[in-house]
Amino acid sequence: MSMNLEREKTSLPAAQLPNAKSSSLPKLLFYGTVISMLASLYFIFIFAEEEKTMGAAQKIFYFHVSSAWVAFFAFFVTCVLSILFLIKRKRIFDTYAYVSAEIGVVFTLIVLTTGPIWAKSAWNTWWVWEPRLITTLILFFIYIAYIMIRHMDGVWDKKARLAAVFGIIGFVDVPIVFFAIRWWQTKLHPIVFGEGQNQSGGGIAPTMLVALLVSIAAFTVLFAYLLNKGVTVENMKLKVEQYKEKIRESLDK
Amino acid sequence: MNLFSSALLLAKKDLLSELKTKQILVTQIIFAALVIVVFSFAFDPANNTTKAVIPGVIWVIIVFAGILGLNRSFISEQRNDTMQGLLVAPMEAASIFLGKFFANFTMILIVEIVSIPFLFLLFDFKMTGSIAYFILVIFVGSFGFVSIGTFLAALAANSKSSEMLLPLLLFPITSPILIGVTQATRIILSDMSKLSSALAWTQMVTAYDVIFFVVALLLIDYVLEV
Repeated sequence: MSMNLEREKTSLPAAQLPNAKSSSLPKLLFYGTVISMLASLYFIFIFAEEEKTMGAAQKIFYFHVSSAWVAFFAFFVTCVLSILFLIKRKRIFDTYAYVSAEIGVVFTLIVLTTGPIWAKSAWNTWWVWEPRLITTLILFFIYIAYIMIRHMDGVWDKKARLAAVFGIIGFVDVPIVFFAIRWWQTKLHPIVFGEGQNQSGGGIAPTMLVALLVSIAAFTVLFAYLLNKGVTVENMKLKVEQYKEKIRESLDK
Repeated sequence: MNLFSSALLLAKKDLLSELKTKQILVTQIIFAALVIVVFSFAFDPANNTTKAVIPGVIWVIIVFAGILGLNRSFISEQRNDTMQGLLVAPMEAASIFLGKFFANFTMILIVEIVSIPFLFLLFDFKMTGSIAYFILVIFVGSFGFVSIGTFLAALAANSKSSEMLLPLLLFPITSPILIGVTQATRIILSDMSKLSSALAWTQMVTAYDVIFFVVALLLIDYVLEV
């Protein structure tokens, strides 16, 4: 791998970076996030009826499920863009995949934090070694490993390639997280949606469903905003790196 | 040369060089024995409840001994830059993966054949279940673990600290397999009345093996790019 070491030392190729356009998209996403978040708060706390047995503690359910949705969606985006990167080899796909994975890890952490808070009041225990919890935890570790590959030493295209491969492999685990509850047949985790024998679940009141859908939409807009911002920051980092390289070259002369 | 014959040639090369040095295999077997000794401190072998942890101990041995061998399988190719030689050789990347997989799989099977009877002997474990099913579960579990392990070892070998990176990549990805096989092993070793449940676990692990083996074969081209 000595070849890679040599390439590491050589200067960065002047990649064609998109010039920073003054687009209105980040602003639009920002205000969209603020408005939809406020709306979801209204729907969660005022519009939706209170759960009979769990009371106010059940309200965390909306953020829990929305975060889980965003986490899975983020990993899905990572997987799709990883495949795109392996085919097209454009750096922008790689940046999007990386930022999306980072956001996914943050939201998985939110799921793993809000879950125990809710579980303490509903199941009277912080953590249960139950399949869906375990698999979510494993998912978290998989994407921590993904980020560790990104922080490996070496040239970027090698890291990007390996991370893309791992992003695809890791995503194979996501459906298993979702279907774990059906495969491993547990009685503890409430199945809210779904049908079939013994899988009918507890169901959900219509007002709650509205609140849930609104908060999921709000979190999706938040995801879009974070993704946009993250990619901008990554591109800025790249630009700074290139300017540094230019200065270094001019100093060497 | 087609995919398999070059893979077998590569596996033969690895196994012959292993036979010459005996570096990895001896380390793996001694390590497995040490794990058993450490477990005898942690769980009193004279105690009857210890029988319950035997299935877990079997898989801890396989996983830890296996990861020692997996770490070496691609690192050893880097010392003289022989990896470049393999990559420019007229064969596909999938052949390199398959060859490495066959070599690693053979080695882990040898470790299992030596260490599992040794474990049963030292912990005075009397098997009540069926040996054929037990071998099937061990085989299916090791197959999945080694195939993904070989793939991720190829991936991690690009890092300077691959020995540290590989377990972090490997354990979360293989955990569904490990959950499945420990459950299946526990049922088969102690309670044969729930055999259908053990077979369901084995099927799940087999499905996993197939999925990840195919994914690994498809993606290995991108991992082993120069």
